[in-house]
Amino acid sequence: MLVASLLIASFVIFGALYLAPGNPITALSGGRALPPASLHVLELRYHLNQPFLAQYWYWLDNALHGNLGISITLQQNVSAVIAARMWTTGGLVLYAALIILVVGIGSGVIAALRPGWADTSVLVSTAITAAVPSFVAAIVLILLFSVKLGWFPALGNGTDLWSNVRHFTLPAIALAVSSLAIVARVTRAAVREEADREHVQTAISRGIPPRQLIRRHVLRNAAIPIATVSGITIASLIAVAAVVETAFSMNGLGAYLVQSAESKDLAVVQGISLVLVTAFVLINALVDVLYAALDPRVALGSRAQ
Amino acid sequence: MSAVIGVSTRPARPPARSGALGLLRSTGAAGIASAVVIAVATVLAAFGPLLAPYNPDLPSLGLAWIGPSGGHLLGYDFEGRDVLSRLLAGAQSSMVGPLAVVIGAMVLGTLIAVVAAWRQGLTDTVASSGLDILFAFPGILLAVLAAAVFGAGLTAAATALAIAYMPYVARVLRGAALRERGQPYVAALEVQGASGTSICLRHIVPNMLPLIVAQATILFGWAMVDLAAISFLGLGVQPPAPNWGVMISENQPGILQGYPMPSLAAGLCIVGVVIAFNVLGERLFERAQAAHR
Repeated sequence: MLVASLLIASFVIFGALYLAPGNPITALSGGRALPPASLHVLELRYHLNQPFLAQYWYWLDNALHGNLGISITLQQNVSAVIAARMWTTGGLVLYAALIILVVGIGSGVIAALRPGWADTSVLVSTAITAAVPSFVAAIVLILLFSVKLGWFPALGNGTDLWSNVRHFTLPAIALAVSSLAIVARVTRAAVREEADREHVQTAISRGIPPRQLIRRHVLRNAAIPIATVSGITIASLIAVAAVVETAFSMNGLGAYLVQSAESKDLAVVQGISLVLVTAFVLINALVDVLYAALDPRVALGSRAQ
Repeated sequence: MSAVIGVSTRPARPPARSGALGLLRSTGAAGIASAVVIAVATVLAAFGPLLAPYNPDLPSLGLAWIGPSGGHLLGYDFEGRDVLSRLLAGAQSSMVGPLAVVIGAMVLGTLIAVVAAWRQGLTDTVASSGLDILFAFPGILLAVLAAAVFGAGLTAAATALAIAYMPYVARVLRGAALRERGQPYVAALEVQGASGTSICLRHIVPNMLPLIVAQATILFGWAMVDLAAISFLGLGVQPPAPNWGVMISENQPGILQGYPMPSLAAGLCIVGVVIAFNVLGERLFERAQAAHR
């Protein structure tokens, strides 16, 4: 399934070249007038004189060997462009994932176990933040914490580790906000459902200490829906990172993907899309593996519903 | 996203009252308030350009970044255009885009779900694994790819999002269609010689309608966020056309220069409408689920 997904995704990404109006040469050159020598190089590089499937095969074979073609605007290897920007996107997504897991699951568990004002405030605030798109969160965070309070820089990547952390904090929060709300709500529902189960009532009546009860009998059982929603939302951050990177002028993969789409630099668009889709599929596959670890009843390869 | 849709955070309520109004009343105060917000946004989408007090497209650079003043309730944007007028005129593209995405995704998704559930066997297997593979494309990524190939614009973005959302719709509805397929009345109709198409169109789909409406409502919120994001990135609605996503990005320099009003106002419109669709959709979803228990 994993391999099939990746193959078909790569086929779609490659096929985009042929969906574009005009011939592949105009698509690859973005409609620019190129000297005949460059056209010849493009033709050789993409094996344009051969049948479509053979072209796809050559492209895929090259991609698997780390050769993703050459950017028309930068005159640089696409792989080099990707390698230079990968860590920004990776770091941003990891930072946001950490925030989602800690704050999202944490506030969900608190809301589930403490009915009353804690629960109500989590419910109301998550209903609002779930509807806040990353770019709206971005402008509000920049306004509050960069312009008004001056705590964090508004734009860019930073140079050393500490300034990296400072530069990445607001973008990571902007990226995390709506997913965090969703994870918190699902966690709350899952924990509450488990806490009402009979085996938990039995455990309470047997006098098992609350901490152990929550960890071993409630959280362990609630872990599957929580892992599902965390996995899905964190995987989706890979695409949304493009929006946040653009809003904060960071030089990540997503922001460059958007710029390349604007300048019709198709080799870069294909290369970055391939990397992002692969990461997206791999994270989803990782979550499936996680199910088997969390719940011995789930056989590998079958999706938990 | 499919997991989000499946979340039930409130206890089941008694079965739905009949009629659209009864259904709406059963979603509680929050549901009704959300419906009012949605109704207002719909009216603005239809008549916004007529309601705009000033020309939303007329720049006058001398007035750039001026705050609220007599007659201009929300002040001027980076080109000196009236912000309120642009918000009103921008409601149209901001609402029609998601509507197109939702209609496309719902029609395709329902069709696949019902056909897969009806024919079962090989058709179902092929459809289900095809959907699993489509999950490999996040909506925004597909939209960026579409923009690179077909050029930036609302049509390419909306088409890409409709295709990316379709598997989420189909996966949820397939379960409901299978449940409906197993009902005794379907077998009875088959014995009476009713054709598969007529049973699906006249009985199965109408019975799934509460779930379809709930799903469409939730999807509208997602489509609104993603389409606004794509317009924010410069790959959707093209400036100077008024649009809430475009307004946020074109006025973003104002945030750093101390004139956040135009960006914030557009952001608030998106958040308000999306909250309304999320809350109403969640309530409708719980009603639809409760009816099956």
